[in-house]
Amino acid sequence: MIPEPLISLRGAALSYGSRTVWRDLELDVRPGEFLAVLGPNGAGKTSFVRALLGRQPLSAGELTVLGGSPREAARHIGYVPQQATLSAQAMVRARDLVRFGIDGHRFGPRLRTAAVRRRVDEILASVGASAYADVPLGQLSGGERQRVRIGQALATDPRILLCDEPLLSLDLHHQRAVAELVDARRRSHGTAVVFVTHEINPVLDRVDRVLYLAPGGHRVGTPDEVLTSESLSRLYGTQVDVVHVRGRVVVVGALDEHAHHVPEEVRP
Amino acid sequence: MSVWHQMFDFENYGELLALVRNSLIAGAALGLVGGLAGVFVKMRDLPFAVHGVSELSFAGASGALLLGTNVVAGSIAGSLLAAGAIGVLGTRARDRNSVIGILMPFGLGLGVLFLALYKGRAANKFGLLTGQIVAVDTPQTTWLLVTSAVVLIALAVMWRPLTFASADPDVAEARGVPVRGLSFAFMIVLGLAVALSVQVVGALLVLSLLITPAAAAARVTASPVLLPLLSVVFALASIEGGILLALGSSIPISPYVTTISFVLYVGCGAVGRLRTRRLGARRTAPVAV
Repeated sequence: MIPEPLISLRGAALSYGSRTVWRDLELDVRPGEFLAVLGPNGAGKTSFVRALLGRQPLSAGELTVLGGSPREAARHIGYVPQQATLSAQAMVRARDLVRFGIDGHRFGPRLRTAAVRRRVDEILASVGASAYADVPLGQLSGGERQRVRIGQALATDPRILLCDEPLLSLDLHHQRAVAELVDARRRSHGTAVVFVTHEINPVLDRVDRVLYLAPGGHRVGTPDEVLTSESLSRLYGTQVDVVHVRGRVVVVGALDEHAHHVPEEVRP
Repeated sequence: MSVWHQMFDFENYGELLALVRNSLIAGAALGLVGGLAGVFVKMRDLPFAVHGVSELSFAGASGALLLGTNVVAGSIAGSLLAAGAIGVLGTRARDRNSVIGILMPFGLGLGVLFLALYKGRAANKFGLLTGQIVAVDTPQTTWLLVTSAVVLIALAVMWRPLTFASADPDVAEARGVPVRGLSFAFMIVLGLAVALSVQVVGALLVLSLLITPAAAAARVTASPVLLPLLSVVFALASIEGGILLALGSSIPISPYVTTISFVLYVGCGAVGRLRTRRLGARRTAPVAV
């Protein structure tokens, strides 16, 4: 039996004024599935994230998250935002950030302090961040901060994990570590993963399906189906070559005009 | 009389102390409010807003002085007007700063106009700008205490989501925290806190209670419990210490308050740096201010 989809898009479209970002999007994301969202800047990756969080209404079609409206489902989504959204003036330690994830949205004084503290310690341990639990985030490296971010997102045992460019500005080693954390979670808990990235390679062997958003349309399928010269050429409306080099996918073509991060894809 | 005696004079101290009983009580409330609100002023990067609001608070207070009505009420009215305007017009930091820059000279100008028209005691005029020690009479104390209570209750209720929204707005919004609503609510609370501070330290020196203690605390701790606690202790030490030192002198209270809070800040900065060096590189001390 196929489990019910956690996220379901039917004929979904998003436009700002007369500019259509994407349309006719048909997509189901099921428990435990790892979906990578790829595409050049400006093709609507960020809008896709905002729509899933219920912060951006669709202009047409339907989006249900956990069978209801995305806004109602927001607390079942673990969200890892793009880096550098943290206030530089805020004195937030790693454990405080995780704690936000647990009860930061509640008004009034905090009750059950000891239980919450135990939970924070558990979460920090589970993402391997115990060693710097009391260090302000501003002093952590990008990789360490991203571990804490994932801990924060997992604090509420979400059914869906939504990561917006979580690999940005991480070195190869940390990219792998982050991908592994996310992958382990979906295998152990059946959490669906929506992973927005412009670098597919660090997660290539973990991804079930790809949603490729491009100016000329979009495509959904397994990496082998979507990341081909023929499919990407059609999406971009120009000749694009997809080359496989030692298990890595390298996209070569007239992508620069879309500010696609070609150099990073090519990097050994 | 020597300069020293103008600055420090402890003759008849006991009798004088009785005179400033109200000020000491108001100071205690103010220390609490300033120390706690200051934590968010720092976190949300709002010192400039504090300054802008205080100028309109000054205009409101001097307007009330001219009309012969309650100065605290006038000061609160001016504050709320400014805080509301900043809250509505300046949701983004960029817009906010220009809104404040526009409001500030306007408020100061209005205040100067009202004071020029006012024919009463000159000390009252000067006091609104640089603080006064015996200005607080009993009905005013009641106003100050009630307003402080409102601010403290509001802060207690929204402390957690406000911290979340201030430090990590993106995720807070995704988790359903009313980020914009809280931003506006905090501006109003801040307006009240500023109006209170204007009564004692004066419009020009409000920041010494609303940012310096919190910034000093942030140099030595990042703990969400210890930081507000230290901030309150520093604010209380500044304001009460200032009142007690200023008591026998012929000088306004504000230089005492601002000097104490500044010294505390410098001291905390030194302690923070020392600790960073001793405990090695980066793992212990908070980030630089």
